[in-house]
Amino acid sequence: MTTEPVLSVEDLSVRIAGLHILQGVSFTVAPTGVTVLLGRNGVGKTTTLRAVLGLTPTGGEVRGSIRMGAQTLLARPTHRLVRDGLGYVPEDRCVFAGLTVAENLRLAERRGTTPAYDKVFALFPELDRRGRQRAGSLSGGQQQMLAIGRVLLNDNRLLLVDEPTKGLAPKVVTEVAEVLERVAESVPVLLVEQNLAVVRRLARDAVVLAAGRVAWTGDARELLLETALTRSLLGVGSADGHHHEAAPAAAAREDGH
Amino acid sequence: MTEVKSPEVPAPPAAVPSELTPTGGRWGRLRPFLPLVALAVALILPYSTLELHGIFEGPLNSPGTLQLLAVCLVFGGLAAGYDLLFGRTGMLSFGHALYFAAGVYGTDILVTKAGLPLWQAAILTITGGTILAALLGAIALRTVGIAFAMVTLAFAQVGAILVARDFGGLTGGEEGLPLDVSGLPQGLVGVSNTVNLYWLALAYLVVVVLVVHRVSGSPTGRVLAGLRDDERRIGVLGLDPYRFKLVAFTLAGGLAAGGGVVYTLIVGGASPHITSSELTLSLLVMVVLGGPGTRWGPVLGGILYMYLDHRLVAFGTSDAVDALPAFLSRPLSQPLFVLGTVFILAVYFFPGGLASLAPRLALLRHSLRTPRRNG
Amino acid sequence: MDTVILLTLTGLGLSALYFLVASGLSLVFGLADVLNFAHGLFLGVGAYATWWAAGNLPGAGGDGFGFVLAVAFGVLAGTLVAILVELVLIRPLYSRTIEQVLVTVGLSLAGVALLQATWGADPRTFPRPDWTREVTSVLGANVPNGGLLLIIAAVVVLAAILSFLRWTRYGLVIRAGVENREMVTALGIDVRKAFTLVFAIGGAAAALAGALGSVYFGTVSPGQGGSLLIFAFIVVVIGGMGSVVGSAYAAVAVGLLQQFVNYYGTSGLGDICVVGLLAVVLLLRPQGIAGKVATA
Repeated sequence: MTTEPVLSVEDLSVRIAGLHILQGVSFTVAPTGVTVLLGRNGVGKTTTLRAVLGLTPTGGEVRGSIRMGAQTLLARPTHRLVRDGLGYVPEDRCVFAGLTVAENLRLAERRGTTPAYDKVFALFPELDRRGRQRAGSLSGGQQQMLAIGRVLLNDNRLLLVDEPTKGLAPKVVTEVAEVLERVAESVPVLLVEQNLAVVRRLARDAVVLAAGRVAWTGDARELLLETALTRSLLGVGSADGHHHEAAPAAAAREDGH
Repeated sequence: MTEVKSPEVPAPPAAVPSELTPTGGRWGRLRPFLPLVALAVALILPYSTLELHGIFEGPLNSPGTLQLLAVCLVFGGLAAGYDLLFGRTGMLSFGHALYFAAGVYGTDILVTKAGLPLWQAAILTITGGTILAALLGAIALRTVGIAFAMVTLAFAQVGAILVARDFGGLTGGEEGLPLDVSGLPQGLVGVSNTVNLYWLALAYLVVVVLVVHRVSGSPTGRVLAGLRDDERRIGVLGLDPYRFKLVAFTLAGGLAAGGGVVYTLIVGGASPHITSSELTLSLLVMVVLGGPGTRWGPVLGGILYMYLDHRLVAFGTSDAVDALPAFLSRPLSQPLFVLGTVFILAVYFFPGGLASLAPRLALLRHSLRTPRRNG
Repeated sequence: MDTVILLTLTGLGLSALYFLVASGLSLVFGLADVLNFAHGLFLGVGAYATWWAAGNLPGAGGDGFGFVLAVAFGVLAGTLVAILVELVLIRPLYSRTIEQVLVTVGLSLAGVALLQATWGADPRTFPRPDWTREVTSVLGANVPNGGLLLIIAAVVVLAAILSFLRWTRYGLVIRAGVENREMVTALGIDVRKAFTLVFAIGGAAAALAGALGSVYFGTVSPGQGGSLLIFAFIVVVIGGMGSVVGSAYAAVAVGLLQQFVNYYGTSGLGDICVVGLLAVVLLLRPQGIAGKVATA
């Protein structure tokens, strides 16, 4: 693990509407495998991912430095970062509900590169079959597959994946985890995840945020073994994976779709 | 939640960033008295025969000048009232002209068509305007943001249509409705009494300024400021944003109707152009030019706008402009072209309006002075 | 019966005018969140450029192919002004919605004043082919050709916009952007190009409305766009911001309602009914009839 980190965040501070959400966060993402970003709800995990992507809302203030390899990311427009190989799978999937599955995928194609449809359809045959279906009418799990699939159409240097198992049924959670495991073999992933079973299965490194700062970094399995530490940092009883703070609300939302 | 972002809001000088004030010396001590000085000047003005060539056509106490000044003062008050919505509560209403027009046409119709004495007409009109604002506000405020802007715009459009189509022969349609002055108090009639209208306009402005400051300094005003900055936080506190917004909307509507009463007397009648959405847009321009949410910005913006609107016509036909080539002189003779352009520039370069210039200048003075002190 | 047909077709002519203005407004608002008060200016530019071209542009004129050329010139002028407005004034204020609205307000004031300064405040006679002054008998009703021309133009524009949205890459980007602009950029697409595009489309449609509306009314005046704009706004809100199809439905409803009530009731009552319709729709369905989805 002496290779250069794919992403290094240094002293990142984010202020939105007068609230200091992040106050000097520093961490790195290893060039292989999954690095998981943990922490209680509202601690700024999503804010961190969005700051990396340059998606901090207007009026928000971002300070510090974010680098991908030799490249400085801050102050560059989001679409350029993405074209440079930063893939984003957002929280709540954010597929375009009014567009068909095929259109959702076509939107993710980039000029100058051949989209890897064969790879995506090999992982998610469902997406091929349901090409003409509106994305809004897919189940939560299928929407998640679409959100991951459209990122995999292109070669990426790093994937940012925000709560991919949120609100999904246990069986689907396992499927998503399997997919991410295979994806992570070829591209590094910075993952935000609440489901500790998924974390245990995927993550090699962990970064724990608390009160807008980094509270702990290190080997993810080591963290999960220390029940007391896990409890104090994450507010979770044990690492049994059933605990899921957002589950009821998200499950209800999934029913609605 | 009560954190007020703009340093100028109900600002005793202590609220100015501390690094700007310590050596503020004369200015710092004088600043609170500036409004009083301005008021004193406004009070003395009608007794002055001073001729300001190029600025006013006649001497200061000539009826023409006084009428122009009175119109400016009314719009200073209107802009301050509108700022209660836009600058202090963050509501983008595109229908404020409606309540002003209700004041103008209400007074005119009640005096001219119904033959009521002025004071009765005025009370009825202001009450009616306030109730109208409360009713329409109650509907419009069920929407937020841009939809709210649209609904208020549409409601005001109904007012414009009602006036233009002359339903029941009340409004005089496109011709407007001249005010029947026979029943008015003698002191408000005739060119020689223009000075009294000036006093009336000044009184209106003072009342509006006092009301707006009173409200924005009160707990209600702090809730309104909170709504402007982040509505959700007010909701979290268990307060109902709808009710507070409705209060502000109704109050602003009532103030505008009052302005309408005074304006009718000053210009001696009503004409349909005051119902147009353009009037609301100019109120918005006044507030933004002056500085939304600031104590004196909207007042200054309103006065300056109306002054320019009137005087730019004269400026446009002046020799200096006529001497320019046609492609320059023609647009410059259009007050709205000049004002619109200035407004766009202001949005880009002076987002805080005129009111932000003072702190900026202070900052400049400060930064010019600092190196000397340090070395 | 004749009267009903006549009112329906003239009402639809009005609807067509509203739709041409509203479709662009709706797309611009849906994608870029810009409430564009300067849209009436695009209409004015289109009308005056057509008028100017008919008299001055070589080959253009008030009849036949010359008239088509004049209208094309007007549409081109409106499109260019719209693009310029987006690039120079709107883009630097990216995602600062209120400032953008303010700038368009200033622009609408200054722009109309500029038209007035250049060509005077009074209406000018608009050059138009003779056949647009005549009437066509439709099921016994004598319908002015100018109105029919508007209806045909609106249908063509509707079809063109919908196929553009449905079949092209940029159309896809616009539809997606109306749903979730941020996610479009997060897929590596520069959504600001699409902003320029919707301004161009809106400018072109509005300019066409200006030219053909002037043919219908026979005159052109600087303030023409302003009053139309308010009803176009109402159409946009009723139809659901961002939805072209919604705008089309709403335009038909508003145009017909206005025409029929103005005829059978008092003149002006129809306009008020339209505002009433807006209030009802907003109270029952704040997102408008088609919601914020650019359906294609």
